[in-house]
Amino acid sequence: MKISKFSQLSASVMANAFYAMKNFPVMLVNTILAPFGLLIIIFFVSHGTLLNVGILGGFILVMVNNGISIQGDLTHLRNDMKLQDMLVSSPVSPAIYVAGIALSELVFSVPDLIVLSVLAVIFIHISVISTLTVAAVMLLTFMFSISLGFFISTISRDVIEGWAFMGLISMLLSTLPPVYYPITYIPFPFRYLAYISPTTFSAIIAQSSIGFVKFSASFILTSWIVLIMVSIALIVFAVKRSIWREE
Amino acid sequence: MVKLIIRNLSKIYKDKRGKRSSALKNVSLNLDINGIFTLIGRNGAGKTTFIRIVSTELLPTAGKVYLDGVDVVKNPKEIRERIAVIPQEAELIPWMTARENIYAYLLWRGFSFKEAKKRTNTIIFRFKLEKYADKLPRKLSGGTKRKVLVALVISSNAKIIFLDEPTTGLDPISRKELWSVLNDLKKEHLIILTTHYLEEAEELSDYIIILNKGKLVKSGTINDIRDAIGYPYAIKIFKGFKKNIRLTGKVVKKNDGTFQIFSDEITANNLAKKLINRKVKFSINPTSLEDIFYMLVGDINKGEEHEN
Repeated sequence: MKISKFSQLSASVMANAFYAMKNFPVMLVNTILAPFGLLIIIFFVSHGTLLNVGILGGFILVMVNNGISIQGDLTHLRNDMKLQDMLVSSPVSPAIYVAGIALSELVFSVPDLIVLSVLAVIFIHISVISTLTVAAVMLLTFMFSISLGFFISTISRDVIEGWAFMGLISMLLSTLPPVYYPITYIPFPFRYLAYISPTTFSAIIAQSSIGFVKFSASFILTSWIVLIMVSIALIVFAVKRSIWREE
Repeated sequence: MVKLIIRNLSKIYKDKRGKRSSALKNVSLNLDINGIFTLIGRNGAGKTTFIRIVSTELLPTAGKVYLDGVDVVKNPKEIRERIAVIPQEAELIPWMTARENIYAYLLWRGFSFKEAKKRTNTIIFRFKLEKYADKLPRKLSGGTKRKVLVALVISSNAKIIFLDEPTTGLDPISRKELWSVLNDLKKEHLIILTTHYLEEAEELSDYIIILNKGKLVKSGTINDIRDAIGYPYAIKIFKGFKKNIRLTGKVVKKNDGTFQIFSDEITANNLAKKLINRKVKFSINPTSLEDIFYMLVGDINKGEEHEN
């Protein structure tokens, strides 16, 4: 039999995103609403002046939350359904399985991305260069979030523990750092703490690309380097930690 | 026929503190098998570890395993197209219908969309699951969910199916229904099964291996095992027996006041005559797997300290 890798990839996407959305539409509502809570608060508190930064923050939050979600999903499928045990003894490879689940998290973020894109077109008047810059930042943010989520899935023993990690990491990466507001609003010396989160660098690049904040070219370059290095490091770490056939 | 060769298979688990526990100890087998091959043993005997190693989920600490001509320790990918597994406590994905679960599993195994759809419809028809196919698992009974899981692995056309305690937790009727499905499937597949239920092993198995504390205690067909232990008959003497007859054979006095005597055919015949003459109430049967298990291993319901 000829093995179709495309079918194998699609299986993860269908199982973890498509069928969940189709059979439980309430999950879709929950996912769509997630980035808008903070956006609405930021909008009212800033009298609308931070709306464009908040929309960019929404893009970053969606990437972080959906990327991190992989850990809950993988842990649930592995521990509660024993799916991983079933798939280890089948022709699917671990890389295809995990790539499919990662893709399914991206599919889950599509409704959010559509709504945020409409808001961005209306309120930010974003240029092509800025669009590409924000897209690249989102991709890197998604990659390190997925890798982090995957790593946590390898250490969390049950899904409850996984959910706790997820809430904590989501707060540390998307709510506390200057994602929905500019880093310049944080006074020194607390600003240094913000640099611990890689999403701070995602936000700095995105916010400067629309001209909301001005940073030196070297600082932006440094932000790109940090973001790329963190993504690569977490991907390598996640791959090294991955266990398919147990020892 | 599928060839299964196992040489000195051992598995030692280490916990986080470095404490070692041995799940399999030097198990060796050389068999040509078909039908249903059953592993029985108490909790922690090594059944699940055995299945997980042979089905390429787990690496052994030592030893070789060849299944259908493939070294599954060294070349797991070579065998994976030919095998399918339902692990202990496996569940259907709860947000997908029975049909969607089967379809997704087939896609994971690499079938094209068209072929997966065709196979899904075929297996639903074959397993008479039409009226459950579009329901979510929470709306299905335990027995139907198990049936869907079995349908799912069978739909892949894998030659060798591993089922780890597939009937645990099912009510007696659902269990019997699943037995009938398995009996039907064994004509086309080799089914490697573990179970706690000795009457299930006796009913279904073409070949049995008994594990205890990681060691292979006995293997063979039920008749081979009966013959090997030398006691093909079991006489049960009911409560109230005054012991006024000399009992020959292997005598076990049970806690409930009954006596169980295991013996060969001639001894059983002589004893039965004496018991009839003394009007003692008794029953005589071929030694059951449960009797054999009790003799070799002890009470199946008493588990070992570790779970594997």
